[in-house]
Amino acid sequence: MKELQDLARFLEQGESQKVLALTQQLVDSGVPPQTILNDGLIAGMAVVGEKMRNGEMYLPEVLQSAGAMKASLRILQPLLAREGAQSRGKILIGTVKGDMHDIGKNLVGIMLQGAGFEIVDIGLNVEPQKFVAAIAEHTPAIVGLSAMLTTTMLNMKTTIDAVAAAGLRSNVKILIGGAPASQKFADEIGADGYSRDAVLAVDKVKQLLGHTS
Amino acid sequence: MRTIFKTLAIPDQQQLMFGRTPKPLTCGFGLKLGNGQVYPELNFTLPTMRLEETNWGAVVAQYEEIGSIIERAAARLKPPGLMAEFELLPPMTEHPSWGAELTAVLLRHLEHLHQETGIACALRVTPTDIRDVTKPPALRSGKPLELLLESFEQCAAAGAHVLSIESVGGKEVHDEALLYGDIEGVIFALGVLASRDMEFLWEKIVGTCSKHNVVPGGDSACGFANTAMQLAGQGMLPEVLASVVRAASCVRSLVAYECGAFGPSKDCAYEGPVIKAITGAPIAMEGKSASCAHFSPVGNVAAAMCDLWSNESVQNVRLLSGPAPEAYFELLVYDCRLFNQALETKTETMYQNLLVSSDIHLSPQAFVLSPESTMRIATAVVKESGHYAQTLAAAKEATSLLSEGVRHKELQLNSRETEWLERMTRELDALPSDEQEMLATMQERYGHLFADDSYGF
Repeated sequence: MKELQDLARFLEQGESQKVLALTQQLVDSGVPPQTILNDGLIAGMAVVGEKMRNGEMYLPEVLQSAGAMKASLRILQPLLAREGAQSRGKILIGTVKGDMHDIGKNLVGIMLQGAGFEIVDIGLNVEPQKFVAAIAEHTPAIVGLSAMLTTTMLNMKTTIDAVAAAGLRSNVKILIGGAPASQKFADEIGADGYSRDAVLAVDKVKQLLGHTS
Repeated sequence: MRTIFKTLAIPDQQQLMFGRTPKPLTCGFGLKLGNGQVYPELNFTLPTMRLEETNWGAVVAQYEEIGSIIERAAARLKPPGLMAEFELLPPMTEHPSWGAELTAVLLRHLEHLHQETGIACALRVTPTDIRDVTKPPALRSGKPLELLLESFEQCAAAGAHVLSIESVGGKEVHDEALLYGDIEGVIFALGVLASRDMEFLWEKIVGTCSKHNVVPGGDSACGFANTAMQLAGQGMLPEVLASVVRAASCVRSLVAYECGAFGPSKDCAYEGPVIKAITGAPIAMEGKSASCAHFSPVGNVAAAMCDLWSNESVQNVRLLSGPAPEAYFELLVYDCRLFNQALETKTETMYQNLLVSSDIHLSPQAFVLSPESTMRIATAVVKESGHYAQTLAAAKEATSLLSEGVRHKELQLNSRETEWLERMTRELDALPSDEQEMLATMQERYGHLFADDSYGF
């Protein structure tokens, strides 16, 4: 549908006003909200993610597009909720205990939201038990752990162990990220995956959840 | 009492040279900075390990080992002098006695080195700014501030020779502005918020230093400009944006000197050359030999005006050759031999030219770090009054420098970088000359991120 392609294009260009106007137009003309979301917004953000991966878009431009998507979702979300529509998945993210860096985590959250996932961000310097409580409360499909220091990255293992001790380990996939992290480290501490950056995090999350797109 | 810098301490670009300052200083065990030699500054940290009370003995053992490594390596390599930098990790700042204990450990090793070999040396101690643990950060009150100031107090009492910090006031807004490429927000964060916090914090740090006869060694815009540099290095931000942030960030770091700091500046303060040109204080810099900690496009040019040459941070792990701190100390010592040989043979200008010309045509971030760019940015800063106006002037000068560089074919930018440079030039030109005029807009845009009382509003 041409209008959905236009929506994706306006989103890619970060044209918030045009995205808003076209979203409303599509809703008013009876296009299902889920269709607008999937074939317009998420499709547009997928192109954005690809362009960022290929070095064709800078982060401010990506965030402009993400902002346009967020604006559109303010129209769509009540309609989606009314239909009982589910997000692609709920992701809980936080920086582990002792660590106060959050730019990387915030970027991951933004990129995942752009890809249609629901994000619960529990902040920084998060104690393992707070992760456990948040997992019990929010029942995410995936937990993202972030650390920037070699002295705090071990708290990723402490967190994973705490999740296991609480009997919740089988309920979630755990993804780690941050400068000192690596796939090797992820394997050593029993995480389900590692992502080098925010763009790849989206791919990794889709992979862990068995999404093909 | 504040010092307001209205002129350049080094008005002649030819005098803006590594190893020399108009205001040399002696610190520690006879270490004379800016007095005709460049010294290595070894910056080290723990390997991957827990940092808690239950394994505190193992942590202390690591620093004992690092101290021994420094002694052994210095005896072997015979530098004319050295600075050792101990950067506290957050838990060490949260427990001030921990930082003090490790300060004493390292000091003992340096004192022994000096006694045994006569090698001049000093210890720089850098507590972590832990005030941003809450969102929005409470910068002027609360437990994190108390612990931070207590850390300074106890590390000074334990014998630190130089005290520094990488303070984060304004970062909560700067991070957001940076991610969105909002140069107006960047100027607000640096010129208004960060500068106010620097005044607040450095008055206290200088007071502590005076009490204990310790050198107040300056701050770093690491959390601002180095964050931008790293994001640009990952392709997430335009390099020209990182370049403008670098230039603009010098003003907030200068505030430490207005409050009484007299150097040496912090190694990750790549804005150090501008500080040196304005204040005459010696500076520490890092570049190619800091690749153990992070990569950068300014590996050589960053050395052009340094008085201390640092590796930024190296973990105490084993490499093929031996302990990583020893390996990187050796690298720094060899770098310094070249600096000092150039100074001794009066070929320093030629060597500086090589350092500069090898980098500046390849990256806008390197371009703004050249001695020529440094002088222009420093001149633009001292011409203005007030931190906001100075920050704006520095940013505008950076865009002018880059545009001229492209016109004169000294620098090549791709079309995306060129678009961003043109955009920033327009946006900076549109900014008001008075910070009061932008406050209302910034409050609306970023007011949810910062607390008014953290900045004295």
